[in-house]
Amino acid sequence: MAKFERKDKKKLSAISTASLPDVVFMLLFFFMTVTTLRETEQLVVVALPEASQAAKIGRKDLTSYIYIGSPVLGYQQQMGTNARIQLNDAFREVSDIRNFIAAEREALKEDDRQFMTTSLKVDVNVRMGIVSDVKQELRRSNALTVSYSAKKKTTE
Amino acid sequence: MAKRKREAGEINAGSMADIAFLLLIFFLVTTTMDIDSGLIRRLPPMPDEHQKQDDAKINRRNIMVVLVNSRDHLSAGGRPMDIKLLKDAVKEFVQNPSEDPKKAEKEIKEIDGLGPYPVSKAVISLQNARGTSYNAYISIQNELVAAFNELRDELSTSRFGKVYARLSDEQQQIVRKAIPQNISEAEPVDVDIDANKK
Repeated sequence: MAKFERKDKKKLSAISTASLPDVVFMLLFFFMTVTTLRETEQLVVVALPEASQAAKIGRKDLTSYIYIGSPVLGYQQQMGTNARIQLNDAFREVSDIRNFIAAEREALKEDDRQFMTTSLKVDVNVRMGIVSDVKQELRRSNALTVSYSAKKKTTE
Repeated sequence: MAKRKREAGEINAGSMADIAFLLLIFFLVTTTMDIDSGLIRRLPPMPDEHQKQDDAKINRRNIMVVLVNSRDHLSAGGRPMDIKLLKDAVKEFVQNPSEDPKKAEKEIKEIDGLGPYPVSKAVISLQNARGTSYNAYISIQNELVAAFNELRDELSTSRFGKVYARLSDEQQQIVRKAIPQNISEAEPVDVDIDANKK
């Protein structure tokens, strides 16, 4: 017994936490490099469809996003529950897409403009009518590369 | 002398961890990790109003029309079809192994690095109604892409011994030339026929 007690007493010195900040900083830098800042507040509910053939989008900085879905609960009183288009931080109409694309294109470097991709984040329950309108508008604004955003199916 | 000693005293770094944690949690909350993935497609350019449409150039037998109506019923090549069968139907239509005069034509083309290869002239035309659900539309798009991807994989494995995704960029380009992904998304037409009735 006495032997054990003596061991306990020796262990009393605290564990050094001096390297803890280093560990946490490492984690921090990991997350800072791996992730991107969330740019916009979600105004519409978007549950993405699943597709087994979904491919990764190469460059995020060349991608502009168009969200289509029914408004989130807080906005349903103003906007109703029908599918709406969200560009950047606000509800928009189909006719606004042309200006949006022009602005997005303007923000890119000249060499990169031809690689611009428009990612359509559309809710599964949306009807194709509004999506077709958006597609026609994209064709009119000459933003021809689109990506139908979808989750990659893990099974199969 | 006494002053110097005080300067040498260490700053307590115990709270450093807390600060770092705070930063870490901030970044965890404000960032997203999702990798954006999707079906990448090129839309046709808007037809010029002054230009005559040259749709007639494509032989009718080379077009496979895939219709989805507002009840999400599917019809391909004029027949109602289950979505599970669509991929194989598209593959057979494009490849036309039995030289069926109703299916796509092939044209022998000289492709650098591959030699003469019968390139299919098939065009898959996907048409939907305004009432079609996005879910159905995407699953059909997915099947169409899957059909072409499988054809490319088959060619890649037989010629290069690797699946398409593992090929080098030049080889991928060769395979893409041999099997072009001709999926046309026509302007919305009101497809209100009942696929099951027709």
